[in-house]
Amino acid sequence: MAVVDDVDRAEEKVPAKGIAAYLASHLREYGLLLALIVVMVFFQIVTDGTLLRAVNVTNLLLQNSYIVIMALGMLIVIVSGNIDLSVGSVMGFIGALAAVLMVHHGQSVLVTTLVCLGIGGLIGAAQGYWVAYWKIPSFIVTLAGMLVFRGLSLWLLEGQSVGPFPREFQVIANGFVPDIFPEGIGAALTGLFDVRQVNLLTLAAGIATTVAIVWLGMRQRSRNKVYGIEDEPFSFFVARNAIIAAALIFITFKLATFRGLPNVLITMSVLTVIYAFITSSTVIGRRIYALGGNAKAAKLSGIKTERLTFLAFTNMGVLAAAAGLVFAARLNTATPKAGFALELDVIAAVFIGGASMSGGVGTIIGAVVGAFLMGVLNNGMSIMGIGIDYQQMIKGLVLLAAVIFDVYNKTKRG
Amino acid sequence: MDTILEMRGISKRFPGVKALDNVTFKVRRGEIHALVGENGAGKSTLMKVLSGVYPHGEYEGEIVYEGEPVAFRDITDSERAGIIIIHQELALIPQLSIAENIFLGNERGRRGIIDWREANRRTEELLAKVGLKEPPTTLVDTIGVGKQQLVEIAKALSKDVKLLILDEPTAALQETDSRKLLDLMLELKSHGVTSILISHKLGEVRYVADTVTVLRDGMTVSTRDAKAGLSEDIIVRDMVGRDMTHRFPEHNRLPAEVLLEVEDWSVWHPEHTDRKVIKDASFTVRAGEVVGIAGLMGSGRTELAMSIFGRAWGHRVSGTVKLRGKPIDVSTIPRAIEAGLSYVTEDRKSLGLVLDETIRFNTTLANLDGVSRRGVLKRNEETRIAERYRDALATRTPSVFQKTVNLSGGNQQKVVLAKWLFTAPDVLILDEPTRGIDVGAKYEIYTIINQLAEEGRGIVLISSEMHELLGMCDRIYVMSKGALVGELTAAEASQERIMSLIVSN
Repeated sequence: MAVVDDVDRAEEKVPAKGIAAYLASHLREYGLLLALIVVMVFFQIVTDGTLLRAVNVTNLLLQNSYIVIMALGMLIVIVSGNIDLSVGSVMGFIGALAAVLMVHHGQSVLVTTLVCLGIGGLIGAAQGYWVAYWKIPSFIVTLAGMLVFRGLSLWLLEGQSVGPFPREFQVIANGFVPDIFPEGIGAALTGLFDVRQVNLLTLAAGIATTVAIVWLGMRQRSRNKVYGIEDEPFSFFVARNAIIAAALIFITFKLATFRGLPNVLITMSVLTVIYAFITSSTVIGRRIYALGGNAKAAKLSGIKTERLTFLAFTNMGVLAAAAGLVFAARLNTATPKAGFALELDVIAAVFIGGASMSGGVGTIIGAVVGAFLMGVLNNGMSIMGIGIDYQQMIKGLVLLAAVIFDVYNKTKRG
Repeated sequence: MDTILEMRGISKRFPGVKALDNVTFKVRRGEIHALVGENGAGKSTLMKVLSGVYPHGEYEGEIVYEGEPVAFRDITDSERAGIIIIHQELALIPQLSIAENIFLGNERGRRGIIDWREANRRTEELLAKVGLKEPPTTLVDTIGVGKQQLVEIAKALSKDVKLLILDEPTAALQETDSRKLLDLMLELKSHGVTSILISHKLGEVRYVADTVTVLRDGMTVSTRDAKAGLSEDIIVRDMVGRDMTHRFPEHNRLPAEVLLEVEDWSVWHPEHTDRKVIKDASFTVRAGEVVGIAGLMGSGRTELAMSIFGRAWGHRVSGTVKLRGKPIDVSTIPRAIEAGLSYVTEDRKSLGLVLDETIRFNTTLANLDGVSRRGVLKRNEETRIAERYRDALATRTPSVFQKTVNLSGGNQQKVVLAKWLFTAPDVLILDEPTRGIDVGAKYEIYTIINQLAEEGRGIVLISSEMHELLGMCDRIYVMSKGALVGELTAAEASQERIMSLIVSN
């Protein structure tokens, strides 16, 4: 018995303590954050500070909002072990549908929005049905969907661009939350910061968010300690929170001195928080990871794997529709080419964010950071005047590098 | 008759196990030589040594073939010498035609261009020899398993076989197909082909074999002439006659009222829909009882268990399941779990665990409702539960946040058991719970099983290891070809009785 005990114990991999070991096992998360910082600093320097000017920060958020919204759904689809190639087309189709409803049929913004989200859900459900219950590979089903909805957009718009939209619709993407604080206080602060205007609401919201994030992190850390969960070294905790807090305050300040909080930032943030919560803290989220990690074991544990797959695609459809509305509102017109090849950016964001092609691995935060990493690359290179040809090549190589890094990391440790 | 093959002093070690220990095996030219033994006795390993799957140098001992010492480096090497092995799992490619399969890797033609006319003509000749009338262009997919087995033999013949090895060729076959195959072996023998037949079915062995060699625990037990009226009893005794040691914990169980009743349970194969895999099986399990199901691999034990557990396997499932006298709904897995059943799969890595996830994740997976409120996980509660089961089952791990892929087999099995215990089952079906687990960990799993029974649960223990069933069970059902063919109490049961029930049905 004694001999066997030792053998058994020797097989367990006891995680080595210490900062180096911790960093080695969490290289992926820190690496992503670090990559984002490096890329931002790099472009800030080479663009002579244009990247982080208030107008451009606002622009960055607006430009990437629809990618982020779709990446939330795509993360879930990919974690469940599938893929959705149709999201770009669906997004374009919904934009076209919204345009036709409002411009040609005079429907209200509310009705249009609800109909579009509903149709998006139906599209997702239709595709999910074949994947989940007929076991048709999602690659095939959604490749078909991509072609079908691209065609449908063309048909619906009769090859023309349709617009412009009512003012109330445009604010979905281009509007800003009005400052509720009296103008006087904001004006008083302009002298203090040596800027033309200060949006107090933005400032307050940004500071509140920062405080909340730090506080939640500290609470989690103290709870982990109670349960003896392996935690990150204190120095890392402080450094990570300091960087995040500094970045948030910085962005807040930039937004506050420009036009305030974009509506779409609110939408995006709320959705991100909701989906981060669903994936990390709910039964359905847990089941999705189990499904992607080992579908057979999940099924034998009593999980209704087909229904989960179906729901993942339905959800993706709704989010693609939401992104379609934002996109159309931003351009103030629906074009037959809208959303073309956008699915690739969304999928790339999720994989850069650390998700695994084989399913079961990936986080919402990773996907969002991945989306912004791509967004900063796009934006920075455009400011520098790099041609679309080089942009594509660089983005492709970044995606490849991220995944190679993942695989290397895994084989080295495994 | 002269000797075609002699294997002398063959030993083969795997990490921690000696699979073959000084085995001697001698085959005469032109005979059919049966090689029998329990699962894990070393039959397949011996044949892999012979055919070069384990190349020369990875084993000890000497192989003399056709009067010459040989040292095969791989399968191609042994095939060139005329030794062809047909494995239990067929190696045909279903999407290719019969002719394409037969000449795969050995294509007829020149400079990479296949001469289809020649290939098809030769295939027809070969098929005629094995008694098949299918056109050579038929896709292998479209013919039954029995015919596929014959195609395998035709393929062997195309390579000028001198020594044909068949590893449980009839395991997946129906009665009539098995008979055809055995007759073909006799036919080949009359044309001078020597065969080695690995089989569990002693009826078959007696039907075709000239000589029988029995292996047990990696050693040669006996080589007997089968023509001189060899009885099955003697073979069975040779197969199982090992000493029983104290490998099982003492138990103090008092089986009480009947807990689970399964009546007239029939299941059809999901793909071969004309095959009835489970035939009117009925059995009972009492509270506090460990009931064994004995049977060979492929006898339908796993299929029986999985079909009861929410129809996780099979097609056209019929029959009733009662718990404490009341019929229960086991039509889906969630309902079966809800009703109080649990099934621990025989393959814990691919069916039991989400390997890349933690012990905590896996422990609560089958009962997430038990650690959540309104769909939101109570993660601290979850940690507490995972730790409780870790302590109760003595799972050796630094923390419950360890990924299960890093655990040893025994500890992985404890995590799977924890997962099912957290669903608070009345009846646990354990399918080969100690497969691939070292001796010490086995003892711990047995102790857990005894505890569970003593708590008043009903346990169904499926195992290929007969001494495990004899050491653990209060009652043993014997399964053969999808039917429960016998029921033995602990007092009545012996390896010989179980084996003879299996082989005589």
